[in-house]
Amino acid sequence: MAKAKTNTEDYLRMYRQMMRIRTFEDNANQLYLSAKMPGLTHMYSGEEAVAVGICEALTDDDRITSTHRGHGHCVAKGANFKEMFCELLGKEEGYCRGKGGSMHIADQSHGNLGANAIVGGSMGIATGSALRAKLLGQDDVTVCFFGDGATAQGLWYEVMNMAALWTLPVIYACENNGYSEYTKTEEIAAGSITARAEAFGIEAFQVDGQDVLAVNELTQKLVARCRKGDGPFFIELMTYRYHGHHVGDINREYYRSKAEEKDWKDNRDPIIRFRSYLVSEGIATEDEIEAMNTEIEKDASEAVAYAEAAKYPDVSEVDMHIYAD
Amino acid sequence: MREITLSQAVNEAIAEEMRRDRTVFLMGEDVAEAGTPFKVLSGLVEEFGTERVIDTPIAEPGFVGLAVGAAMTGARPIVDLMFGDFIYLVMDQLCNQAAKQHYMSGGKLSVPMVLRTNMGATRRSAAQHSQSLQAIVAHIPGLKVAMPSSAYEAKGLMKTAIRDNNPVVIFEDKLMYQDKAPVPEEEFLIPFGEAHIKRDGSDITLIATSSMVQVAEKAADLLSKEGIEAEVIDPRTIVPLDEAALIESVKKTSRAIVIDEGHQSYGVTSEIASRLNEKAFYHLDTPVIRMGAMDVPVPFSPALEDITVPTPDRVAETARKLCSGELIHAA
Repeated sequence: MAKAKTNTEDYLRMYRQMMRIRTFEDNANQLYLSAKMPGLTHMYSGEEAVAVGICEALTDDDRITSTHRGHGHCVAKGANFKEMFCELLGKEEGYCRGKGGSMHIADQSHGNLGANAIVGGSMGIATGSALRAKLLGQDDVTVCFFGDGATAQGLWYEVMNMAALWTLPVIYACENNGYSEYTKTEEIAAGSITARAEAFGIEAFQVDGQDVLAVNELTQKLVARCRKGDGPFFIELMTYRYHGHHVGDINREYYRSKAEEKDWKDNRDPIIRFRSYLVSEGIATEDEIEAMNTEIEKDASEAVAYAEAAKYPDVSEVDMHIYAD
Repeated sequence: MREITLSQAVNEAIAEEMRRDRTVFLMGEDVAEAGTPFKVLSGLVEEFGTERVIDTPIAEPGFVGLAVGAAMTGARPIVDLMFGDFIYLVMDQLCNQAAKQHYMSGGKLSVPMVLRTNMGATRRSAAQHSQSLQAIVAHIPGLKVAMPSSAYEAKGLMKTAIRDNNPVVIFEDKLMYQDKAPVPEEEFLIPFGEAHIKRDGSDITLIATSSMVQVAEKAADLLSKEGIEAEVIDPRTIVPLDEAALIESVKKTSRAIVIDEGHQSYGVTSEIASRLNEKAFYHLDTPVIRMGAMDVPVPFSPALEDITVPTPDRVAETARKLCSGELIHAA
């Protein structure tokens, strides 16, 4: 584990946020498997240290853009379970009044500009948010989350060019989980991904995305530099998704072996690693961690029950919110 | 009243709004010192500086994407798309991102941006610099579409667009940039969704957009000499559409031709004709006739290009046939 100069409270919050993401996803997966959730969803489990390490270095004024695999970003940026589960089930009390669902969940109150169902689709939005900050003299930073698959989209190269030309306060965070949907990343990505950002004169970093402190430490430095006008930056976070491309992608040995999945889960799990660190450093006892886990599970099951019982939006809402007043 | 060109009108509208609201900024290819290839934006960079009049790389999806993000977080970008044909390059940013943010977020996010671009054939610019793609944009819920028909509309609609809290696409006819019209010195705005009756008439309604309004007015002049009084209506915005004004006119005249420079099939003319059929059917004496551009890529050769778009003679000819009953049983 990398060392970060933070206090106990910060460490416990990071653990808690990672555990909340894992618990949220386990519940969302159950909702799918029990046919209670409309549509499909894309699980973030395994990548928790990325979202939490980054978002813990941000304030509510800082913006993020998220992806189709976005529940982790949403939780890490401060969202509540209740409004999130309501959104996943298409209920009126969801963050988007049930109109967005899993792939469009947004939580503006915490600076989450929304998940995006077009791979790489939010790269322009994130860079534009940074342009606005610079134009209006505001000191917030925008983090653009995307996966390794999105690095194949041309939009990224267009916006990196402008971000670098205009020194915009944006951090491109590539969650490299090794798979571009159902295809190994090595089959779709030529050369080096960090070198692509470097070609624009953007400082690029590669970090162990399973090490929450390493991610957080690096992000804190880059956020501080962005605020001083040193942006943009690129981070490639090496991570792994435990589930398939989406919850319905269950038989996947044709592209990924069970042995490989087991190895990541047993030996590189970000939550297990951080938990043993907390215990060995005397920051928390096993009992305290178990108590935290129990509380999170209770919180999640209560939110699920609430969302299941919650109302759908009235049909009169179908043509509301097409245009803003 | 003083007369200014459509180009000056657009320039004035943008300058006034940039003075009024410091969150308004302009970005696009060659918008600063060059002032665009049509020189519409000349002088703005001198007043507002390169921070607010931003020359971008040639990367349409990229800079339209930036405009969406800037708009979602508190700025009011005006993004300049050098040719309307380049809309095809920015479809994801415009139609999947800008158009849907407000709805997908349940009303929490909004995208107050203006995309100003152009349209119009007969400039000998061939198939990729001559298209009129307003129907494609108008098809997408969440986008508004304005089509100024003179300098007066260009100014009033631009100012309204900049203050609107939604993505608005403005199509200017590139052949009209030097056309002059009376434009008041004092501030004015033109509300969206209010059609303008350009000419009163009782025998037939000519509903026309953008430069086709001039075509319709010329046709009306020709018809008037023959004793046919045509009413010319300019919807000014096709989204929102002032359906009530169009229906009202047709109730009076019982006949209508819809003229727009986009391709005729699945186009603006088809949409308006359908609405009149659905909502004014019992007031109609003849079918509503569509007159769009031919369903062909815009050809380069003047001999070919000129026949692809509606002309005053052809509009008058069609109106004459409708009024004489010849087209009542048209195939």
